[in-house]
Amino acid sequence: MDFLDDELAFRDEDGGFLPVARKTGFLGASPDKDCFFLVSGMDFLDDEPAFRDEQVKPQRGDRLRGKGGGGSGSQILERPKALNRRLDGLSIGTFIGGSVECLLDLAVPTRRIPNLTLEVAMDPKQIPTFEACSSMSSQCRNLNQNQRVTEFDAGETERSLPKFSSHLDNSFHQSNQAQQVAMNWDPRAVLNSLDILGHKIHQIQDVVRSTLSNERQLSMQPNEFAAQQQLINTDLTCIIIEIISTAGTLLPLIKNALSSGINSPGQIGGIANSASDLDIVDMLRQNDSLLSEGAKDSEYEELIKGLSDWDDEGLKPISTEDDVKDNEDGVSGENLPLGSYEVLQLEKEEILAPHTHFCAICGKGFKRDANLRMHMRGHGDEYKSPSALAKPRKEESSEPVHIKRYSCPFIGCKRNKEHKNFQPLKTILCVKNHYKRSHCDKSYTCRRCNSKKFSVMADLKTHEKHCGSNKWLCSCGTTFSRKDKLFGHIALFQGHTPALSMDEVKSQGMLDQLQSDEVMAKKEDMDYIISGNVNEDTNFSLLKGADDDLGYFSSMNFDSFTFGGIDGLQQPSSFDTSESLFSFHK
Amino acid sequence: MTKSRDLCRRIDRSDGFATLTLDLFSGSPNPNPCSYSRSAKRVRVSCASPAAEENRSSLFDSLSEEVLFLILDRLDSDPLDKKSFSLVCRSFYAAESRHRRALTPLRSGLLPAALARYPSVSRLDLSLCPSVTDAALASVGGALRSSLRSIDLSRSRGFSYAGIESVAVNCAALVEINLSNATDLSDAAAAAIGRARNLEKLWLARCKMVTDMGIGCIAVGCQKLRLLCLKWCLGISDLGVGLVAVKCKQLRSLDLSFVPITEKCLPAVLQLPHLEDLALVGCLGIDDEGLMSVKQESKSLQVLDMSNCQHVNHAGFSSLLSKTPGLRQISLAYCCKVTHSLASSLQKIYNLQSIKLDGCEVTTSGMKTMANSCRTLGELSLSKCSGVTDEGLSFIVTKHKGLVKLDATCCRNITDLSLASITSSCTSLTNLSMESCNLVSREGFRLIGQRCHLLEELDLTDNDLDDEGLRAISGCHNLSVLKIGICLKISDEGLIHVAKGCPNLQELDLYRSVGITDIGVMAIARGCPLLQIINLSYCTEVTDYSLRSLSKCSNLNTLEIRGCQVSSSGLAIIAVGCRKLTKLDIKKCYFVDDAGMLLLARFSQNLRQINLSYCSVTDVGLLALASVSCLQNMTILHSGGLTANGLAAVLVACGGLTKVKLHSSFKPLVPKPILEHVEARGCVFQWRDKPFQVELEPSEVWKQQSQEMHV
Repeated sequence: MDFLDDELAFRDEDGGFLPVARKTGFLGASPDKDCFFLVSGMDFLDDEPAFRDEQVKPQRGDRLRGKGGGGSGSQILERPKALNRRLDGLSIGTFIGGSVECLLDLAVPTRRIPNLTLEVAMDPKQIPTFEACSSMSSQCRNLNQNQRVTEFDAGETERSLPKFSSHLDNSFHQSNQAQQVAMNWDPRAVLNSLDILGHKIHQIQDVVRSTLSNERQLSMQPNEFAAQQQLINTDLTCIIIEIISTAGTLLPLIKNALSSGINSPGQIGGIANSASDLDIVDMLRQNDSLLSEGAKDSEYEELIKGLSDWDDEGLKPISTEDDVKDNEDGVSGENLPLGSYEVLQLEKEEILAPHTHFCAICGKGFKRDANLRMHMRGHGDEYKSPSALAKPRKEESSEPVHIKRYSCPFIGCKRNKEHKNFQPLKTILCVKNHYKRSHCDKSYTCRRCNSKKFSVMADLKTHEKHCGSNKWLCSCGTTFSRKDKLFGHIALFQGHTPALSMDEVKSQGMLDQLQSDEVMAKKEDMDYIISGNVNEDTNFSLLKGADDDLGYFSSMNFDSFTFGGIDGLQQPSSFDTSESLFSFHK
Repeated sequence: MTKSRDLCRRIDRSDGFATLTLDLFSGSPNPNPCSYSRSAKRVRVSCASPAAEENRSSLFDSLSEEVLFLILDRLDSDPLDKKSFSLVCRSFYAAESRHRRALTPLRSGLLPAALARYPSVSRLDLSLCPSVTDAALASVGGALRSSLRSIDLSRSRGFSYAGIESVAVNCAALVEINLSNATDLSDAAAAAIGRARNLEKLWLARCKMVTDMGIGCIAVGCQKLRLLCLKWCLGISDLGVGLVAVKCKQLRSLDLSFVPITEKCLPAVLQLPHLEDLALVGCLGIDDEGLMSVKQESKSLQVLDMSNCQHVNHAGFSSLLSKTPGLRQISLAYCCKVTHSLASSLQKIYNLQSIKLDGCEVTTSGMKTMANSCRTLGELSLSKCSGVTDEGLSFIVTKHKGLVKLDATCCRNITDLSLASITSSCTSLTNLSMESCNLVSREGFRLIGQRCHLLEELDLTDNDLDDEGLRAISGCHNLSVLKIGICLKISDEGLIHVAKGCPNLQELDLYRSVGITDIGVMAIARGCPLLQIINLSYCTEVTDYSLRSLSKCSNLNTLEIRGCQVSSSGLAIIAVGCRKLTKLDIKKCYFVDDAGMLLLARFSQNLRQINLSYCSVTDVGLLALASVSCLQNMTILHSGGLTANGLAAVLVACGGLTKVKLHSSFKPLVPKPILEHVEARGCVFQWRDKPFQVELEPSEVWKQQSQEMHV
């Protein structure tokens, strides 16, 4: 663990951290956003050349950058799991302001590369704390994401770490250069802001401590307790908002710094800043959620305890806050007794990841673990044993199985554990569907009606079963997907009528009108021809001409013949002729 | 005023009059009768005053409208009388205008004038107008706002839902609409009908585009419906019919023939409290299992027609018949075999009076059971049934002495034995059809003439009938319809007997009874003055003399003289004498030429249908015929003198044509715009490509051929 002191964490004169440059990598930055990610690949697995070249591609970086947008405090740390599965190593830093900086090293959470390290630069005395927390967190994540990995393989980590540090050695002078560039902004203003932030953090700590002491007394009635909680929540929210706004003032500075940092080609600069307690807060939150996903309750508690032991200033308040939240969860939602279940919260990327199971060897992703097990057979005989192929059984522990409930990561959502009337989600599938339905774009459009949109494919498919089939409409405005239901409705209610869709009526009307117009037009034409000639008095002799080839219907021979009834036909005004035109046998 | 009331009383008392003379000023020395005698019935109005012309009209005015209406009420039988009446003077004309209730215009172009003249028409029959536009219907709706009760559009086209809507909305008193054959109308039109709230009778036969949605609109809108005909409405299913049954509780008569329904709607239909008449002809969706699953009873049902329900067997029928104890008439034509089990299901129906089993396979045991099951059968039809035997038929007729109508057409196995039992037990028989019962002999016919004195209709077509038999039959003095076609043995002698014995004869069919000559026809014409329909086709001995005698039968409306040796002069005499002639078939009358047509056109203004094939008629004759404004149906094949131009002229000139049968060689010759125009007016062309066939084969040969075809 000491290596971090020597090689990884470099401090500059001002107490900030040097940017850590990697051998290869990619820097995604978005100038118009409040934060950006630093992504760099670590080539510390030299023995597996197949994967060495697989770095994060630019489009992945784009995606990552997009997600980082918004700049709210809760999104300071992002875990770009969805995009970095195939990387050997990855480091991500999210920067908010010049003072808020953290660097998170994420390694692929597989069995083969368990050397996850999470580093955040901060005050020298906090470094051990941080190191501890980061390694613990990576361990937890291993536990979570790859269920089979139950133990942290320390030995393997030990083996791979030297390589890691050697690479860092190589890149040391480069990072120094980058750090030089980053020094252009005014450190005093930053320090000032940081002082304010520190003050705020203390405020939060005080508030939470007061609750803690209240809780220990156990004398409070549930109502009072809830009221108290509400008060604390409001206080917390106020303070956090202040912190964020203060941090925000530092933003232009860090932007400048970043742009200058990027200017050096072929280098990825991590920018070291003076640490802030806020980072810790976020870090912990992150860790918390990581832990809660898969880790055992006891581990989680241990971790929290350990963290608070190391850092009795920044960590405790948060952990207690979470405790409070957990307690609150039990109150609402389903009728589970208070605290009888644990709340887990997945991160956005995890929820949206197309695959949840990954091959430790080749990194291929799968939606189901069964598919992964099938896939694993191709990697060697050891995966073909019945035990390897069997469905991993739930860990049998001496403790009774804890009921797990899930929280939506979206702040402000009723399904988020911080919501006042929190209602937990029952399964991971619920989380996925809920998150997509409520907080994602509806990208699936029904191809039939072109109006309905869905964010979950299954919803679209369900809709498509009914869409396009006739909408059975009643005059009262109710629609039915089935005709018999409509007729049942009409039979039941007096005065309700089946309603025809308007376009149907219109098209029918248009058609009819067209036809009748046509008929009328033709008739008029003909009537004109007839009446034009028919009144001329001529005699029979002309009729003979009908046989001659006078062409088609020209001044028509037959027309000159006065039929008895034709006059009546044209002008049925005189009553005796019109009379003769009525039928008398009916 | 007293005079007027007295007049009313006198008119009221008189029960139909041949001549009514209104002598307004009796006692005046010099009566100046003003009479019109264009019809048999005569209205003579005597205006006694020798006064000046302008004075006379005021005298007629003194007759109150009440009196005139009473007179008009008695003139209903013959439309020509009304015309005469209206031509008397202005007041009579006005009275007739106000009195007329029914109007049947020949074409829609006359509608505006007719509507202006007859403001109180309640029944508008547009079945002779092939093309009725929305505008015409709108004018009807506007003119007959309160009076119109019934409108018939069954033969018309060219209108849309908008026209129907204007009638349905404006005419609040409308109770009847016939929209049959409006194959291009869809649900929108049905929705428009639904706005006629007082509708009681609705015919929608062959409205194939109307769906459940449309019929649903009608069911909800027209809840007073008593009669609904949905025959051939292929778009309607159980749902629509079910909704009708739920909403229209007043339904008395429901025709669901050929509608794709299943048994699912039957419970709702049978639940209708007043349903009396139900037709389920050709409902192939109904089967045995379905009918057996129907548990609903209908006490009110009286008439059930389930002909052509080919998927129903005796089990289904038995199940249904047990639920309908009030039946009076049942038709199971072209259904299943009539066996003991089916016939025994009739047992529960106490009042059954009429059974139609046309085209069914019948067993003797079935007939016996039927005879035992039914109580008072009045009408029995076994037309084209196979398996009818003397034994079965005799058993039935001896059990049911009240039989009035018996149809045994094509029951080829029955003999004199059956006739003996029929005539001995069913003395009140009025209708007897036994076409093609070849085994019946002279003795059988003798029995008919001897015992069935009430017989009114007798069909002996294609029987072994001779003059002796005919002499016996002439004993049925009430006979009004006699069909003795294809009886090759009969001659003038037999016809003379008929002429003497049957003065009420109205219809006589002598098709291919080649033994007939002018003498027989003359005797008939003299002895049967009420004759309306006569068929003398292929009686090759018939000449102009027959026509001359037939011209005395002023009621004659249908004359078929195919292949007779008649000429234009004979036709002219008919035209002058028989003013009511509506159907004329002179196919293969080679001597009929333009002269005949000219006179026909001049006098037979009521002609509707004519067949001129093989005649020597040219363009001149045809054009003359075009002046017959009623003409609707023409068949002109192989008329030598006809040219395309002349034909085109005729087609344009005959405004009322609905159907024209022509040789296909004319099709390319007649200008296409003219054809299109005529079609647009509502005429249908049938192009035939029959070979020219001059020779008439002898009737014996023809019969041989037809029998060979039969076997």
